[in-house]
Amino acid sequence: MTATDIKQPDLPAPPIKHSPAMEVVAALGRSGSFITGLVIVVFWVLCALFGEYFTPHDPLADDIINALMPPSADNWFGTDQLGRDVFSRVIVGSRDILTVAPLATLLATIAGTTLGLFTGYFRGLVDDVISRILEAFMAIPVVIVALLAIVALGTSKTTVIIVIGLSFAPIIARTVRSAVLSERELDYVAAAQLRRESALHTMFVEILPNVIPPILVETTVRLGYAIFAVATLSFMGFGIQPPSPDWGLSISSNYGMIGGGFWWTVLFDAFAIASLVIGVNLVADGVQGALND
Amino acid sequence: MTDLSTPNALELHHLSVAYRVGGRNRAVLRDLSLTIRPGEAYGLVGESGCGKSTVALSVVRYLPRNGVITAGEIALVGHNVMKLDNESLRRMRAESVSMVYQDPGKALNPSIRIGRQMTEIFELRGISDQAAVDQAISMLNRVRISDPIRVMQRYPHQLSGGMQQRVGIAMALASDPTMLILDEPTTGLDATVEAEVLDLIAKLRQELSASILFISHNLAVVSRMCDRVGVLYAGMLVEEGTTAEVFNNPRHPYTVALLRCLPRGGQRKDQIRLDTIPGFLPAPGATITGCPFADRCALADSRCHNELPPLHDLGGRLSRCHYHERAQDLPRTTPGSIAAAPAAHGREPVLRIKDLNKTYAAHGHALRAVNDVSLDLMPGQTLGLVGESGSGKTTFARLLLGLVPADSGGSMQLDGQPLASKLESRSADQVKAMQIVFQNPDSALNRAHSIRHIMGRALRTLAGLKGAAQQKRLIELVRSVRLTERHLSVKPRQLSGGLKQRVAIARAFAGDPRIVVCDEPTSALDVSVQAAILNLLADLQTKEHVSYIFISHDLAVVRYLSDHIAVLYLGRIMEIGPSERVFSGPHHPYTEALLSAVPKLDETEPSRVRLDGEIPSAVNPPSGCVFHTRCPRKIGAICEEQEPPLFDSEPEHRIRCHIPFEELARLQKKQEVIPA
Repeated sequence: MTATDIKQPDLPAPPIKHSPAMEVVAALGRSGSFITGLVIVVFWVLCALFGEYFTPHDPLADDIINALMPPSADNWFGTDQLGRDVFSRVIVGSRDILTVAPLATLLATIAGTTLGLFTGYFRGLVDDVISRILEAFMAIPVVIVALLAIVALGTSKTTVIIVIGLSFAPIIARTVRSAVLSERELDYVAAAQLRRESALHTMFVEILPNVIPPILVETTVRLGYAIFAVATLSFMGFGIQPPSPDWGLSISSNYGMIGGGFWWTVLFDAFAIASLVIGVNLVADGVQGALND
Repeated sequence: MTDLSTPNALELHHLSVAYRVGGRNRAVLRDLSLTIRPGEAYGLVGESGCGKSTVALSVVRYLPRNGVITAGEIALVGHNVMKLDNESLRRMRAESVSMVYQDPGKALNPSIRIGRQMTEIFELRGISDQAAVDQAISMLNRVRISDPIRVMQRYPHQLSGGMQQRVGIAMALASDPTMLILDEPTTGLDATVEAEVLDLIAKLRQELSASILFISHNLAVVSRMCDRVGVLYAGMLVEEGTTAEVFNNPRHPYTVALLRCLPRGGQRKDQIRLDTIPGFLPAPGATITGCPFADRCALADSRCHNELPPLHDLGGRLSRCHYHERAQDLPRTTPGSIAAAPAAHGREPVLRIKDLNKTYAAHGHALRAVNDVSLDLMPGQTLGLVGESGSGKTTFARLLLGLVPADSGGSMQLDGQPLASKLESRSADQVKAMQIVFQNPDSALNRAHSIRHIMGRALRTLAGLKGAAQQKRLIELVRSVRLTERHLSVKPRQLSGGLKQRVAIARAFAGDPRIVVCDEPTSALDVSVQAAILNLLADLQTKEHVSYIFISHDLAVVRYLSDHIAVLYLGRIMEIGPSERVFSGPHHPYTEALLSAVPKLDETEPSRVRLDGEIPSAVNPPSGCVFHTRCPRKIGAICEEQEPPLFDSEPEHRIRCHIPFEELARLQKKQEVIPA
């Protein structure tokens, strides 16, 4: 028997498959909760960016004579105790929260991912020490840490971002750590060691791209909590400061009125906060579903 | 011909199954008809992706949610499976058909004790508590579990893989099914355990009336277990007949080619290259106009490409080939001849290991994974490492590479220079001199990076190449493993298993290594791909003059590639010597048992030696000779009390056994003359 001139198996066309990122985008497009959540979030983002051009009244303009008017054709959501138009204030009220919360989440993600990579990659003593410290942080409620820090550092948006960012970092670190722990058992990490790659290269170039999905999920989930935390701090007077039309702040300055029957001063802001948190959570849900498929 | 009073155990009539992916039906089984007679064992073989498991899942109607039966009928013991309502389907699964899965660890519920899982089956059939327990015990006895009551109190993870599979078989047989489906039942098991489980199934066949559908990629296993065999290709039956006819006198080019891919009859790398099957299996759902195998068949002509061959009836057997009468004239697709082997190299070993030990701490106990291993590796040669799982093969490989540090005391020398046990303490040259090809390319190649990035990084760190020089070498390297530049831009997941393994091999060769450790490099691959990878490794060795440490559980594969063999048991070398001497014997009783455990296609008589039980725990190894607890040739108290030395039996051939070499020769010779 002689060899024939049949083509050797060295020219197989790589099968046409979509890239993983494309598949995730396609799955997101099919996810009802993602689309719903995205519509809500995008709505509030657009309001924050361009709302001031469309509001029927100046959200900051006092009009004491018309204070505490119930919803009417002129003031759709009524007016508050200073006579400011509630509808206009709700529309632009997301401005501060939508800068502070995402920046805090971003900080938490960067810090948490770095910590998670280090603890998961080195294990041993590094892991033990850092993980115990992080657990100790997680044991204290966010709001208390935030209060202490803000009292000590003074109120400012930057303080709020740093405080919320750092208190969320341990949670993200824990998620990243567990992903890294299973990832570093894979042989490509051993192969990197056999090439004498530096630990930083192995962590950030080899491992990090493979743990992006859990980080993405955790980040979107955290964003929802961050919005919640910022609103809570503002409500308590430690977050965003007057005269901002911020929702949490508005509720804080008007909730005493509910007893007098002036529900509209609080209700619409509360709905706004709820809708934004729900929207972000729906997005998180969709992202999780798409990445786990 | 069949007895009309008893219906056939299973009949598939023109069965077509498709999976719905991305809104399209992709055909997986195409017009498949087969019949399993009462009491018959029918084997279904083929490469992965040809639809074997889909057959099993269709029969019990366990297809995944996107699986649809697009045409045809399934009759199980005369009942049309597709017409059953939910209740009768449940009854059918409970009473007449059972399945044994590939991974018993996953098929058993991890949180429920074995006893409960067993009795549940009987209770479903309305048997009361105590009676169910009794029946469970007798069922476990039946699968040769000697202490059923204790086993029943355990959770699945407390049992070894072989034991789990016995429980799986006991559970499948508990309902006294008429049809037993075994889907790769021994694929995850060690050869010695596999032999035991196969023996068990063979014995149970004589005791029970069940018909068997045996699905396996391992031709030798099927040839041992089955009366008739069907060869599946791209969801079509391409050949069917009695096992002996199909394997000894195949009449379809695919079967012919498949059989040629296996290293058989002691073939060696310096004699011949293995034949391969060019090209790829058609993707699921591909439109097939002519013969599905035509693109890969050297016999194919225009008729084959345009006209689907019918299943020719050749008197009791079938072949789906226009030219079935000359299927065996299929020309080789890979030249068998090899370039003249280079002249003998220097006699100085490239790697010299002395008294290497590795102790792990396991729950406060010392676990000695590698025990006083000494060996030499000559340049340009292959040392094969064999042994059951748990024998320390992989730990030994990782010690050599420095991925885990060895205990102090032993010594390693690379090219005469001392080699530190820690990777960090080795010189850059020493690091790049030793590389590895891992078992699973999915784990070994970073899925986030393109092939170009993976290879480029290896060339940069191991060979110190950048820019244009790196590009040039990259292309050379990729071509040397017979890939092309087109493969560089893709990510690993876009390549098939064989192509991924080629990338992994190319990466290992990036820094011109002296030694490449191959840790089961072909065990995740189909035989046709395995043949191509083995050829590639053999060619690269001749060309690059590299030495291999080759770890595999497949003895025929080890034999093909190895110059020397070391047999490991509980971290100790039991036998070491030139490959041919170790294989042809006389050999250590453990080697003897390993060799006879492997089912062979050319087997004329049943194998002789069986090992009882499992490999003991390395935390608490047996006294004396560590193998005495399972040794079929134990001679007495000396085996339990004294550890035998690794004794020079012949030049270069050393055996760790109290039985003198001549006596071993006599014992093993005698057995060969008298058939069992």
